[in-house]
Amino acid sequence: MILAAGSHGFLSPTGVEIAFLLVGLVTLGAAVLTVTTRQLVHAALWLVVALGGLAVEYLLLTAEFIAWVQVLIYVGAVVVLILFGLMLTRAPIGRSPDADSGNRWAALTVAVASAVALVWVVVDAFRTTWIDLDGPAAGSTAVTGASLFQNWVLPFEALSVLLLAALVGAIVLSRKARSTGAGEASPAVAPQAGTSQAGTPQAGAPQAGTSQAGPSRTDGVR
Amino acid sequence: MHLAYPAVLSALLFCTGLYGVLARRNAILVLMSVELMLNAVNLNLVAFDVWLSRAAEETLHSGQALTLFTIAIAAAEIGIGLAIVLAVHRNRGTSDIDKLRDTAEGHEPDGSDTDTPATGTAAEKAEATA
Repeated sequence: MILAAGSHGFLSPTGVEIAFLLVGLVTLGAAVLTVTTRQLVHAALWLVVALGGLAVEYLLLTAEFIAWVQVLIYVGAVVVLILFGLMLTRAPIGRSPDADSGNRWAALTVAVASAVALVWVVVDAFRTTWIDLDGPAAGSTAVTGASLFQNWVLPFEALSVLLLAALVGAIVLSRKARSTGAGEASPAVAPQAGTSQAGTPQAGAPQAGTSQAGPSRTDGVR
Repeated sequence: MHLAYPAVLSALLFCTGLYGVLARRNAILVLMSVELMLNAVNLNLVAFDVWLSRAAEETLHSGQALTLFTIAIAAAEIGIGLAIVLAVHRNRGTSDIDKLRDTAEGHEPDGSDTDTPATGTAAEKAEATA
Protein backbone atom coordinates (compact mmCIF):
# COMPACT_ATOMS: atom_id res chain seq x y z
CA MET A 1 0.00 0.00 0.00
CA ILE A 2 1.62 3.11 -1.21
CA LEU A 3 0.20 6.43 -0.30
CA ALA A 4 3.17 8.56 0.56
CA ALA A 5 5.26 10.15 -2.10
CA GLY A 6 8.47 9.18 -0.45
CA SER A 7 9.83 6.64 -2.89
CA HIS A 8 8.37 8.28 -5.96
CA GLY A 9 9.61 11.32 -7.72
CA PHE A 10 6.93 13.68 -8.91
CA LEU A 11 8.49 14.44 -12.26
CA SER A 12 10.64 11.38 -12.73
CA PRO A 13 8.44 8.86 -14.49
CA THR A 14 9.38 5.24 -14.59
CA GLY A 15 9.72 3.21 -17.75
CA VAL A 16 6.25 1.75 -17.40
CA GLU A 17 4.80 5.22 -17.09
CA ILE A 18 6.58 6.41 -20.20
CA ALA A 19 5.36 3.40 -22.14
CA PHE A 20 1.84 3.95 -20.82
CA LEU A 21 2.00 7.58 -21.85
CA LEU A 22 3.19 6.85 -25.38
CA VAL A 23 0.64 4.10 -26.00
CA GLY A 24 -2.00 6.33 -24.44
CA LEU A 25 -1.18 9.12 -26.87
CA VAL A 26 -1.52 6.72 -29.80
CA THR A 27 -4.82 5.42 -28.40
CA LEU A 28 -6.21 8.89 -27.84
CA GLY A 29 -5.15 10.04 -31.29
CA ALA A 30 -6.80 7.02 -32.90
CA ALA A 31 -9.96 7.67 -30.88
CA VAL A 32 -10.07 11.30 -31.98
CA LEU A 33 -9.58 10.24 -35.59
CA THR A 34 -12.38 7.69 -35.15
CA VAL A 35 -14.86 10.35 -34.19
CA THR A 36 -13.66 13.01 -36.63
CA THR A 37 -12.77 11.30 -39.89
CA ARG A 38 -15.20 11.63 -42.75
CA GLN A 39 -14.51 8.23 -44.26
CA LEU A 40 -16.70 5.70 -42.55
CA VAL A 41 -14.56 2.64 -43.16
CA HIS A 42 -11.49 4.51 -41.96
CA ALA A 43 -13.34 5.31 -38.75
CA ALA A 44 -13.83 1.59 -38.13
CA LEU A 45 -10.15 0.92 -38.85
CA TRP A 46 -9.02 3.68 -36.50
CA LEU A 47 -11.28 2.09 -33.92
CA VAL A 48 -9.15 -1.05 -34.27
CA VAL A 49 -6.05 0.99 -33.42
CA ALA A 50 -7.73 2.55 -30.41
CA LEU A 51 -8.98 -0.77 -29.04
CA GLY A 52 -5.65 -2.46 -29.64
CA GLY A 53 -3.88 0.35 -27.83
CA LEU A 54 -6.23 -0.17 -24.91
CA ALA A 55 -5.29 -3.86 -24.88
CA VAL A 56 -1.63 -2.84 -24.59
CA GLU A 57 -2.58 -0.54 -21.70
CA TYR A 58 -4.21 -3.48 -19.95
CA LEU A 59 -1.00 -5.46 -20.41
CA LEU A 60 0.99 -2.61 -18.90
CA LEU A 61 -1.41 -2.64 -15.94
CA THR A 62 -0.65 -6.40 -15.53
CA ALA A 63 -4.20 -7.40 -16.43
CA GLU A 64 -3.32 -10.04 -18.96
CA PHE A 65 -6.59 -11.88 -19.23
CA ILE A 66 -8.57 -8.69 -19.81
CA ALA A 67 -6.08 -7.72 -22.51
CA TRP A 68 -6.54 -10.94 -24.44
CA VAL A 69 -10.30 -10.82 -24.02
CA GLN A 70 -10.17 -7.27 -25.35
CA VAL A 71 -8.22 -8.39 -28.40
CA LEU A 72 -10.48 -11.36 -29.04
CA ILE A 73 -13.86 -9.72 -28.55
CA TYR A 74 -13.38 -6.10 -29.53
CA VAL A 75 -10.72 -6.23 -32.20
CA GLY A 76 -11.85 -9.61 -33.42
CA ALA A 77 -15.61 -9.59 -33.24
CA VAL A 78 -17.04 -6.14 -32.66
CA VAL A 79 -15.05 -4.39 -35.37
CA VAL A 80 -15.94 -7.11 -37.85
CA LEU A 81 -19.60 -6.65 -36.92
CA ILE A 82 -19.26 -2.90 -37.43
CA LEU A 83 -17.60 -3.37 -40.81
CA PHE A 84 -20.40 -5.72 -41.84
CA GLY A 85 -22.92 -3.16 -40.65
CA LEU A 86 -21.25 -0.45 -42.71
CA MET A 87 -21.28 -2.74 -45.70
CA LEU A 88 -24.93 -3.72 -45.33
CA THR A 89 -26.11 -0.14 -44.89
CA ARG A 90 -24.29 0.77 -48.10
CA ALA A 91 -21.92 3.23 -46.57
CA PRO A 92 -20.07 5.29 -49.13
CA ILE A 93 -16.47 4.31 -49.65
CA GLY A 94 -14.96 7.72 -50.15
CA ARG A 95 -15.38 10.89 -48.15
CA SER A 96 -18.94 11.49 -47.08
CA PRO A 97 -19.48 15.19 -46.42
CA ASP A 98 -22.44 14.67 -44.11
CA ALA A 99 -20.77 12.42 -41.57
CA ASP A 100 -21.03 15.09 -38.91
CA SER A 101 -24.35 16.59 -37.99
CA GLY A 102 -25.06 20.26 -37.60
CA ASN A 103 -24.58 20.37 -33.85
CA ARG A 104 -20.93 19.49 -33.82
CA TRP A 105 -19.90 22.75 -32.21
CA ALA A 106 -22.33 22.23 -29.37
CA ALA A 107 -21.02 18.67 -29.07
CA LEU A 108 -17.45 19.95 -29.02
CA THR A 109 -18.32 22.42 -26.29
CA VAL A 110 -19.96 19.74 -24.17
CA ALA A 111 -17.09 17.30 -24.69
CA VAL A 112 -14.37 19.82 -23.87
CA ALA A 113 -16.22 21.06 -20.81
CA SER A 114 -16.73 17.55 -19.48
CA ALA A 115 -13.12 16.65 -20.27
CA VAL A 116 -11.82 19.63 -18.34
CA ALA A 117 -14.09 18.91 -15.39
CA LEU A 118 -13.27 15.20 -15.29
CA VAL A 119 -9.53 15.62 -15.66
CA TRP A 120 -9.43 18.33 -13.03
CA VAL A 121 -11.41 16.27 -10.52
CA VAL A 122 -9.48 13.06 -11.17
CA VAL A 123 -6.05 14.65 -10.97
CA ASP A 124 -7.00 16.55 -7.86
CA ALA A 125 -8.42 13.45 -6.21
CA PHE A 126 -5.61 10.98 -6.95
CA ARG A 127 -2.62 13.25 -6.81
CA THR A 128 -0.77 11.17 -4.25
CA THR A 129 -1.81 7.69 -5.31
CA TRP A 130 0.50 5.20 -6.92
CA ILE A 131 -0.22 1.77 -8.34
CA ASP A 132 2.21 -0.86 -7.19
CA LEU A 133 2.99 -2.94 -10.24
CA ASP A 134 5.69 -5.10 -8.68
CA GLY A 135 5.13 -8.64 -7.52
CA PRO A 136 2.80 -11.16 -9.13
CA ALA A 137 0.40 -9.96 -11.77
CA ALA A 138 -2.91 -8.71 -10.45
CA GLY A 139 -4.86 -9.92 -13.44
CA SER A 140 -3.32 -13.16 -14.59
CA THR A 141 -5.60 -15.88 -15.84
CA ALA A 142 -5.33 -17.89 -12.63
CA VAL A 143 -6.27 -14.96 -10.40
CA THR A 144 -9.07 -13.80 -12.65
CA GLY A 145 -10.50 -17.28 -13.07
CA ALA A 146 -10.38 -18.03 -9.36
CA SER A 147 -12.16 -14.83 -8.41
CA LEU A 148 -14.63 -15.13 -11.26
CA PHE A 149 -15.69 -18.66 -10.38
CA GLN A 150 -15.56 -18.26 -6.63
CA ASN A 151 -17.21 -14.93 -6.05
CA TRP A 152 -18.88 -14.03 -9.31
CA VAL A 153 -20.49 -17.27 -10.43
CA LEU A 154 -24.08 -16.09 -10.21
CA PRO A 155 -23.61 -12.91 -12.29
CA PHE A 156 -21.54 -14.96 -14.72
CA GLU A 157 -24.39 -17.39 -15.28
CA ALA A 158 -26.92 -14.59 -15.50
CA LEU A 159 -24.73 -13.03 -18.15
CA SER A 160 -24.96 -16.18 -20.25
CA VAL A 161 -28.75 -15.86 -20.15
CA LEU A 162 -28.42 -12.23 -21.23
CA LEU A 163 -26.20 -13.21 -24.14
CA LEU A 164 -28.73 -15.84 -25.17
CA ALA A 165 -31.51 -13.25 -25.04
CA ALA A 166 -29.43 -10.85 -27.13
CA LEU A 167 -28.76 -13.60 -29.67
CA VAL A 168 -32.44 -14.46 -29.96
CA GLY A 169 -33.32 -10.77 -30.14
CA ALA A 170 -30.91 -10.13 -32.98
CA ILE A 171 -32.25 -13.11 -34.90
CA VAL A 172 -35.84 -11.99 -34.38
CA LEU A 173 -35.04 -8.44 -35.49
CA SER A 174 -33.38 -9.65 -38.65
CA ARG A 175 -35.95 -12.29 -39.53
CA LYS A 176 -39.06 -10.20 -38.99
CA ALA A 177 -37.70 -7.42 -41.13
CA ARG A 178 -37.11 -9.85 -43.94
CA SER A 179 -40.55 -11.44 -43.75
CA THR A 180 -42.25 -8.03 -43.73
CA GLY A 181 -40.12 -6.94 -46.63
CA ALA A 182 -41.03 -9.91 -48.78
CA GLY A 183 -44.36 -11.03 -47.47
CA GLU A 184 -47.72 -9.71 -46.52
CA ALA A 185 -46.80 -6.27 -45.31
CA SER A 186 -45.32 -4.97 -48.53
CA PRO A 187 -48.49 -2.92 -49.27
CA ALA A 188 -47.65 -0.79 -46.28
CA VAL A 189 -44.32 0.15 -47.69
CA ALA A 190 -45.16 0.32 -51.35
CA PRO A 191 -47.39 3.44 -51.46
CA GLN A 192 -44.65 5.73 -50.27
CA ALA A 193 -44.10 7.99 -53.19
CA GLY A 194 -40.68 9.31 -53.86
CA THR A 195 -38.83 7.57 -51.09
CA SER A 196 -35.55 5.93 -51.71
CA GLN A 197 -36.72 2.61 -50.39
CA ALA A 198 -34.23 -0.14 -50.78
CA GLY A 199 -35.14 -3.75 -50.90
CA THR A 200 -38.93 -3.50 -50.85
CA PRO A 201 -40.45 -5.38 -53.73
CA GLN A 202 -43.03 -3.36 -55.59
CA ALA A 203 -44.43 -6.22 -57.64
CA GLY A 204 -48.09 -6.89 -57.10
CA ALA A 205 -48.52 -4.43 -54.28
CA PRO A 206 -52.01 -2.98 -54.27
CA GLN A 207 -52.36 0.68 -53.53
CA ALA A 208 -54.80 0.24 -50.71
CA GLY A 209 -54.85 -0.75 -47.09
CA THR A 210 -52.06 1.39 -45.77
CA SER A 211 -53.79 2.05 -42.50
CA GLN A 212 -54.80 -1.58 -42.30
CA ALA A 213 -51.41 -3.04 -42.88
CA GLY A 214 -49.70 -0.71 -40.49
CA PRO A 215 -50.94 -2.21 -37.22
CA SER A 216 -50.51 -5.72 -38.52
CA ARG A 217 -46.85 -5.02 -39.07
CA THR A 218 -46.56 -3.68 -35.60
CA ASP A 219 -48.24 -6.74 -34.19
CA GLY A 220 -46.15 -9.06 -36.25
CA VAL A 221 -43.04 -7.80 -34.55
CA ARG A 222 -44.14 -8.62 -31.07
CA MET B 1 2.71 3.92 -11.84
CA HIS B 2 0.87 7.03 -10.90
CA LEU B 3 -2.87 6.41 -10.82
CA ALA B 4 -3.51 9.67 -12.66
CA TYR B 5 -2.18 8.28 -15.96
CA PRO B 6 -4.90 5.68 -16.58
CA ALA B 7 -7.56 7.84 -14.94
CA VAL B 8 -6.83 10.84 -17.14
CA LEU B 9 -6.58 8.66 -20.25
CA SER B 10 -9.93 7.07 -19.55
CA ALA B 11 -11.52 10.47 -18.90
CA LEU B 12 -10.22 11.80 -22.20
CA LEU B 13 -11.36 8.69 -24.07
CA PHE B 14 -14.79 9.00 -22.51
CA CYS B 15 -15.10 12.60 -23.62
CA THR B 16 -13.95 11.67 -27.12
CA GLY B 17 -16.72 9.10 -27.27
CA LEU B 18 -19.15 11.68 -25.92
CA TYR B 19 -18.24 14.05 -28.73
CA GLY B 20 -18.73 11.24 -31.23
CA VAL B 21 -22.15 10.35 -29.87
CA LEU B 22 -23.30 13.94 -30.01
CA ALA B 23 -21.73 14.99 -33.29
CA ARG B 24 -22.01 12.01 -35.58
CA ARG B 25 -24.87 11.55 -37.96
CA ASN B 26 -24.55 7.96 -39.11
CA ALA B 27 -26.02 5.52 -36.59
CA ILE B 28 -23.13 3.07 -36.90
CA LEU B 29 -20.64 5.81 -36.11
CA VAL B 30 -22.68 6.61 -33.02
CA LEU B 31 -22.43 2.95 -32.01
CA MET B 32 -18.66 3.08 -32.47
CA SER B 33 -18.49 6.13 -30.19
CA VAL B 34 -20.53 4.25 -27.60
CA GLU B 35 -17.92 1.48 -27.78
CA LEU B 36 -15.23 4.05 -27.09
CA MET B 37 -17.07 5.25 -24.00
CA LEU B 38 -17.49 1.69 -22.72
CA ASN B 39 -13.79 1.05 -23.23
CA ALA B 40 -12.92 4.14 -21.24
CA VAL B 41 -14.99 2.79 -18.37
CA ASN B 42 -13.23 -0.56 -18.69
CA LEU B 43 -9.82 1.07 -18.42
CA ASN B 44 -10.93 2.88 -15.30
CA LEU B 45 -12.22 -0.34 -13.75
CA VAL B 46 -9.01 -2.24 -14.48
CA ALA B 47 -6.75 0.51 -13.17
CA PHE B 48 -8.65 0.87 -9.91
CA ASP B 49 -8.80 -2.89 -9.49
CA VAL B 50 -5.04 -3.22 -9.88
CA TRP B 51 -4.56 -0.40 -7.40
CA LEU B 52 -7.01 -1.76 -4.84
CA SER B 53 -5.84 -5.37 -5.13
CA ARG B 54 -2.51 -4.20 -3.70
CA ALA B 55 -3.87 -1.62 -1.33
CA ALA B 56 -6.57 -3.72 0.30
CA GLU B 57 -6.15 -6.72 2.53
CA GLU B 58 -8.57 -8.90 0.67
CA THR B 59 -10.11 -8.28 -2.69
CA LEU B 60 -12.82 -9.80 -4.81
CA HIS B 61 -11.20 -8.53 -8.02
CA SER B 62 -14.49 -6.85 -8.66
CA GLY B 63 -13.01 -4.43 -11.16
CA GLN B 64 -11.78 -7.13 -13.49
CA ALA B 65 -14.93 -9.21 -13.11
CA LEU B 66 -17.05 -6.17 -13.91
CA THR B 67 -14.80 -5.43 -16.87
CA LEU B 68 -15.46 -8.86 -18.28
CA PHE B 69 -19.18 -8.37 -17.75
CA THR B 70 -19.02 -4.98 -19.44
CA ILE B 71 -17.23 -6.46 -22.43
CA ALA B 72 -19.87 -9.16 -22.78
CA ILE B 73 -22.71 -6.66 -22.43
CA ALA B 74 -21.03 -4.39 -24.99
CA ALA B 75 -20.87 -7.30 -27.42
CA ALA B 76 -24.57 -7.95 -26.91
CA GLU B 77 -25.29 -4.24 -27.28
CA ILE B 78 -23.43 -3.92 -30.55
CA GLY B 79 -25.25 -6.96 -31.94
CA ILE B 80 -28.69 -5.68 -31.03
CA GLY B 81 -27.81 -2.15 -32.08
CA LEU B 82 -26.60 -3.21 -35.49
CA ALA B 83 -29.70 -5.36 -35.95
CA ILE B 84 -31.90 -2.34 -35.18
CA VAL B 85 -29.86 -0.11 -37.48
CA LEU B 86 -30.13 -2.65 -40.29
CA ALA B 87 -33.89 -2.97 -39.75
CA VAL B 88 -34.28 0.80 -39.85
CA HIS B 89 -32.11 1.01 -42.95
CA ARG B 90 -34.19 -1.67 -44.61
CA ASN B 91 -37.45 0.08 -43.83
CA ARG B 92 -36.36 3.66 -44.41
CA GLY B 93 -33.46 3.47 -46.79
CA THR B 94 -31.28 5.52 -44.47
CA SER B 95 -29.34 5.15 -41.27
CA ASP B 96 -29.10 8.87 -40.74
CA ILE B 97 -30.28 9.63 -37.24
CA ASP B 98 -31.05 13.23 -38.08
CA LYS B 99 -33.89 12.01 -40.28
CA LEU B 100 -35.46 9.71 -37.71
CA ARG B 101 -37.47 12.40 -35.98
CA ASP B 102 -40.95 10.97 -35.92
CA THR B 103 -41.20 10.88 -32.16
CA ALA B 104 -39.72 14.35 -31.69
CA GLU B 105 -42.05 17.00 -30.35
CA GLY B 106 -42.48 20.27 -32.13
CA HIS B 107 -40.80 19.13 -35.31
CA GLU B 108 -42.61 19.00 -38.59
CA PRO B 109 -41.99 15.77 -40.42
CA ASP B 110 -40.33 16.23 -43.75
CA GLY B 111 -42.98 15.85 -46.40
CA SER B 112 -40.48 15.29 -49.13
CA ASP B 113 -38.95 12.02 -48.19
CA THR B 114 -41.17 10.44 -45.57
CA ASP B 115 -44.75 9.35 -45.42
CA THR B 116 -46.56 9.79 -42.17
CA PRO B 117 -48.40 6.45 -41.66
CA ALA B 118 -45.59 4.25 -42.79
CA THR B 119 -42.93 6.08 -40.84
CA GLY B 120 -45.18 6.02 -37.81
CA THR B 121 -45.37 2.27 -37.98
CA ALA B 122 -41.64 2.03 -38.48
CA ALA B 123 -41.04 4.15 -35.42
CA GLU B 124 -43.46 2.03 -33.43
CA LYS B 125 -41.67 -1.01 -34.68
CA ALA B 126 -38.34 0.34 -33.57
CA GLU B 127 -39.80 1.14 -30.18
CA ALA B 128 -41.48 -2.22 -29.84
CA THR B 129 -38.39 -4.14 -30.69
CA ALA B 130 -35.90 -2.03 -28.83
